[in-house]
Amino acid sequence: MQLLMFYIFGLGAVLSATLMVTNIKPVTAAMNLIMTMFFLAGIYVLLDAHLIAALQIIVYAGAIMVLFLFVILLLNVHEKEGETARRKVVIQFGSIAIVGSLFIIIAHLAVIYPSAVKVITDTAYEFGTTKAVGKMLFTDFLLPFEIASFLLLAAIVGAVILAKRRIDDSE
Amino acid sequence: MVSLNAYLILGAILFSIGAVGVFTRRNVLIIYMCIELMLNAVNLTFIAFSRFLNNMNGHVFVFMIMTVAAAEAAVGLAIIISVFRNKETIYVDDINLSKG
Repeated sequence: MQLLMFYIFGLGAVLSATLMVTNIKPVTAAMNLIMTMFFLAGIYVLLDAHLIAALQIIVYAGAIMVLFLFVILLLNVHEKEGETARRKVVIQFGSIAIVGSLFIIIAHLAVIYPSAVKVITDTAYEFGTTKAVGKMLFTDFLLPFEIASFLLLAAIVGAVILAKRRIDDSE
Repeated sequence: MVSLNAYLILGAILFSIGAVGVFTRRNVLIIYMCIELMLNAVNLTFIAFSRFLNNMNGHVFVFMIMTVAAAEAAVGLAIIISVFRNKETIYVDDINLSKG
């Protein structure tokens, strides 16, 4: 079972990464990169890194890729407005509906067949859980943690200063 | 049980795909995405080693790499925006500010 999941996630990750590199449109490339990150999160779960898997989806696929998509939106260079055909809109809504209903079906399956979902109740084994990693972060690695927060602060200030339009530019 | 080698090979493949993308693509945004992919491949290697050596320090490293990736994405995209404002292009062939 574990081997099968590894092959599914690994092949999916490699495939979507290849699609990302070969794609011409940046939006499609970004979507494929999000796909890669979801597959990698699955592999992290296989490796018992539960906190990192959640962070992968929240930080990478959620925050960083949304930033990328915003910039692609801002720098929309070649694509023209008003060319969205009705068929394309139908396809978009259809794919969103299919993915959403898949999630709902899986959630209901987990309720109907509780044996299909294995819940780990053994609290002695806490490799990679939020509690264990958090304990390490706030004891052994407290100084790097604080330095990371300073790094983020510097990045925020730098990004704002770099991207803002100067007052004398506007005229 | 999947062996450590399988995870390392997967990480190497993903890193190579990212490196090829950095060298072959001309769009700055896609080059940035390839760099993110390479960081992800390194993360996978860290997690795999941390699992097989039964030592959780690798998870903390991955946490730090994610922080650096977020900071890098914010600053890098700000640079891309300001370059685009001056040069009206996001293709690296047209951006040779340091005449390299």
